[in-house]
Formats: sequence, structure tokens, C-alpha cells
Amino acid sequence: MDILSSIPWELLLIQTVNGIVTGMILALVASGLTLIFGIMDVVNFAHGELFMLGAYLGVIVVATTGNFWIGLVVAAGVVAILGAALQVSTLRPLIGRDPLNTILVTFGISLILQNYALWQFGTVVRKVSEPIGSYFTLFYLQYPWYRIFVAGLAAAIIGALYVFLKYSKFGVWIRATTQDRTMAQAMGIPVPLVYTGVFALGAGMAAASGVLFAPLGGVAPTMGLDWVLKAFIVVVVGGMGNLGGSIVAAILISLLEAYASIWVSPSQAVIVSFIALILTLLFKPTGLFGTTVTR
Amino acid sequence: MPERKAALSHTTIYWIGFCVVMALLIAAPFALSTFWQRFLTEILIWGLLAMSSDLLIGYTGMVSFGHSVFFGLGMYGAAAALLMVKPPNLWLAILFGLAGASGAGLFVAYFSTRVRDIYFAITTLIFSQIFYVIIFTWTSVTGGENGLLFSRPHFTIPFLVDARFTTATMHWFVLAVVAGSYLLLRRITQSPFGMVLQSIRENEARTRAIGFPVQRYKIVAVMLSGFFAGLAGVLYALQNEFAAPDFVYFVTSGDTVIFNVIGGIGTLVGPIVGAGFFQLLREMLSRIFGDQFPYLIPAGFVFIAIIIFLPQGLLGFARRWLNK
Repeated sequence: MDILSSIPWELLLIQTVNGIVTGMILALVASGLTLIFGIMDVVNFAHGELFMLGAYLGVIVVATTGNFWIGLVVAAGVVAILGAALQVSTLRPLIGRDPLNTILVTFGISLILQNYALWQFGTVVRKVSEPIGSYFTLFYLQYPWYRIFVAGLAAAIIGALYVFLKYSKFGVWIRATTQDRTMAQAMGIPVPLVYTGVFALGAGMAAASGVLFAPLGGVAPTMGLDWVLKAFIVVVVGGMGNLGGSIVAAILISLLEAYASIWVSPSQAVIVSFIALILTLLFKPTGLFGTTVTR
Repeated sequence: MPERKAALSHTTIYWIGFCVVMALLIAAPFALSTFWQRFLTEILIWGLLAMSSDLLIGYTGMVSFGHSVFFGLGMYGAAAALLMVKPPNLWLAILFGLAGASGAGLFVAYFSTRVRDIYFAITTLIFSQIFYVIIFTWTSVTGGENGLLFSRPHFTIPFLVDARFTTATMHWFVLAVVAGSYLLLRRITQSPFGMVLQSIRENEARTRAIGFPVQRYKIVAVMLSGFFAGLAGVLYALQNEFAAPDFVYFVTSGDTVIFNVIGGIGTLVGPIVGAGFFQLLREMLSRIFGDQFPYLIPAGFVFIAIIIFLPQGLLGFARRWLNK
């Protein structure tokens, strides 16, 4: 009885909602990462930096136009174009080399982007207000509708990605390239274009998640690393290249962290996801949902 | 190398080259100002860290983004010995640092070698973050964000020597340790054990098929690498008289990988050259453009250019010769 009543039920429920919201944003980041990996065999170390740049672009556009949604679209579009440019200039020359080269190159890119942001924007955390101002009551809290909306929008984007991969012409090209690059090329699919397109898509998704996250936690030049680390944990736990697995793992890990931060400080709550990773490595090194590539 | 009858043998040239470089490094404190002496000493320490990681990147084909863990625990181990034991003892500091790094090495090696290639890189990266978070938040023991400050112990050999370190003697001490580690690592890479590591790099499945317990070899490789990285951490702590969580942060691991790629992996000497190149570039840029200049931006461009256009690194052309 004592144990049961000592559990803060309201807090648990609030943290469940919080965990699902951040989990959906994380799922959006991780699905971009896993999409790029599944198709191009590229571990995009710069993914967190694209997230961070997206958030900054969003903040800047919101400050000038006053409209959050324009910021979201512009940031995603600009970062997608940047991603395409990065892919053409740095990753295309590496096609056919050891995949480890790509992690090194994208590490270099992340170094440049992060230091550029640090230089350009300084270390001060920038805030942007939530575009939806209304709240609903969750126990003793006034919970912002915006968070619920973010989770829904993230789910919608992931759903759109799935439909896109499944039914559009470009999506069919992407899936064909994943299965067999040489054969796809022989059938007339412009494989280099597919690679560039996929990288741009992943970059745009990272940027969009950055903008969506900006009102929740503020924007700083070093935020990229936290997110890319979490996304890495998610893709390892969920099974690399497995879109469904990463989404489940993203929510799982965010929930774990949210619950842990009831008892310890948020900076220590990260350790819970590290433990989840270690346990996964120990008992199922291929990830919870196997290694099958999304087809 | 083409073999000629009249020319000196490879071994002779190699050792002459080694002695010339050593002589130059030994003589350096007489020619350089205190600032450049310290600069050179630090290059040697970073070089040792990069060299330790080369055992994994260059010889076993595993890119580690977790060397900051070993480096950092070497630092904190040394700090623990110097702060807890009175009077502070140099050898005890080294022992503690190596113990710390090896302990972390065993832990990291056991888990991270269960996965391969990019997964190994990611896993080691996450491990460096784990240790960073622990050290950063465990303020009562590690000093948290501020780290630990201590003073340098004397150089002691029981009953014989008890001398205070100067900039020059510190340089020689570091040089001796780094040169010794280089020779040891070179010996390791040329030993049967090292050959197995290189065979894992070339073809892991086949190595396993021949009957070698690949994972056990990898664990030992990571631990050895961590041991030398910890040694570098101890030297850095002795040189700068502090231990700070920044060095456990993954940026240090990233630097290590950069040094390796710039200098040339699989050469052991290359990483030292890479560390020197990187530090000089940084020093030059901050002298020209001021301290606030984000030197990592141009350094990042150089790094990417080297991966694309010069994948063997600066010393890649000498790779076969150096390993002979």
C-alpha cells in the first residue's frame, strides 16, 4: 500500500505525455537518419547540426516575418537544399568507398556547421514563443496544446514519408535503389539523383524537427550533438535502417528518460537511455527489431 | 621498397631516421622558447593519444569515437593519486591513471566489440558521452564542471633522484614515454597478435573462419589502445596540472580521429604528424585572426579535403615502409 501511494501518479501521466511529445520529435529526427543510412549506407554525423541549423533558421524567419509556419517551411526547404549541396560536394565522391569514410566526412561537416553557428549566433540560448497559445488543464498543470500538436504533426510527417515511399514514383526509385543499386541503375533509375534526393529529404526532416522543437527547449549551437546522440541510440536500439523500429525505439527511450527525470535531474536522466543501449547491445546487438531494411 | 644490393638495408635506414628525429626532439628545448617547448610537448602527448587510437583505426579497422574516455580517466586517475596520497608521487599517479583507463577500457571493450564498423563508432561515441555525463554530474568526487586542480609531483627515483620538473625536463620525460610507447606499439603491430588484428581489418569473416576468436582479439586491442590513451591522459594531467570534464567530452575523441586521418592511419608516426599539423594550423590561425576565430571551420575543410583527395593521409605514402 505504501509503495503504491508513494508513486506520483499525476506526475507519471504528465511525464508520459511529455515523453510521447519528445519521442515523436526524436522519431522524426531518427527516421531521417535511418532513411539516409538504409538507402545510402551513410551514417550522417551532421544530422544533429542540420537539426540545429533548421532551428536557427526557423527562429530567424519567425523573428522577421512573425509567422511560425513560414519559418517551418522555409527552414525545412533551405536545409534540404543545403543537404543536397553537401551530398553532391562531399558524399558523392565517396560512393563505393568504405562506409567508414562517410562517417568521417559527415563528422567534418558537423564540426564546420557547429562552429559556424557558434561563431555566427553566439552561445546564448534563443527562445521562440509557441505559435499556438492555448492550454488545457492536465491535473495541476496548464498544458500547452502546442505540444500535442507537435506530436501529431511529427506523426503526420512520418506517415506522409511512408506514403511517399510506398506510392510515389520517387519512392519506388528509392526502394529499388535500397534493394539493389546496380540493378536499379541498369533499369534506368538515376541513382545519384536518388541519393541526393534522399539526403535532402532527411536534412529537411531534421530541420523541420528542429523548428518544431525550438519553442519547447530553446535554440543553442550545441543542441545538435544531444539530438544526434539520442538519434544514434534510437537507431541502434531500434535496428539500423528499420523505420518502424526507430519510431518505436524513439518513443520508448523518450518515455524512459521522461520517467527517470521525475527522480533525478534531466542531465542524469540521459543515463537511462545509455543503459537501454547497453542492455540492447548485450542481449540483442542487432537491435530490438532486427536488421531488416524497410522495403 | 625496391631492394638494391649496395644501398643500406631498410632496418638501418629506419633506425638512423628514428635516431635523427629523436635527437632533434631531445635537442629542441635548447633551441625553443618556453612557449614552443610546451607546445611541442603537447603535440607529443596528443600524438600518443592519436597513436593509441591508430592501433584500432589503422590496424584493426575499427574507428573509435570513444578515446576521450580513456584519456579522461587517465587524467582523473592521476589527479586522484596526486590529491589523495601525500606526498604526491609521480609513479603512483601514472599507476592510478593507467588503472582508471584500463578499467574503462575493459568496460567499453566488452560492450562495444559486440558490434562492428559504424555501429562500433556510434557505440564508442555514446560511451564517451556516458562517462562525460557521469564525471560532469558527480561533482562531489570529480569537481564537476570545474574539474580538479593539483600541483605537479617531483620526478623521483627512490634513493637516487628527487628533482622538480622544469619545462625542459618535463619535455624529455614526455618524449621518453611517447618514444617508448611508439616502439612498444610498433612491436605489437608487428607481432603475431598484430598480424591477427590486421587480418581482422582485411577480412573479419575469414579470420574467424581460420579459427581465431575475433571478438577476444578485438577486446584486447581496444584495451591496449585504451591503456596507451590513458598514458597520454596522465601525461597531459602532469603537464597542465589539472583534470577537466571537457577532455572526457567526445570532442577530444573527434580530435583524435582527425589527427589520425590527417596524418595517415596505419603508420603510428602519422597520427603524431597529424597532431602536430592540426595544432600548428590552430596556432597559426589564432595568431593571424585572433583568439576568437573559429579555427575548426577551416580545419574541418582541410579534414574533409584530405578524406576525399588524400585518403591515405600526409604520411600515407610511407605506410608500407614504416611498417616493414
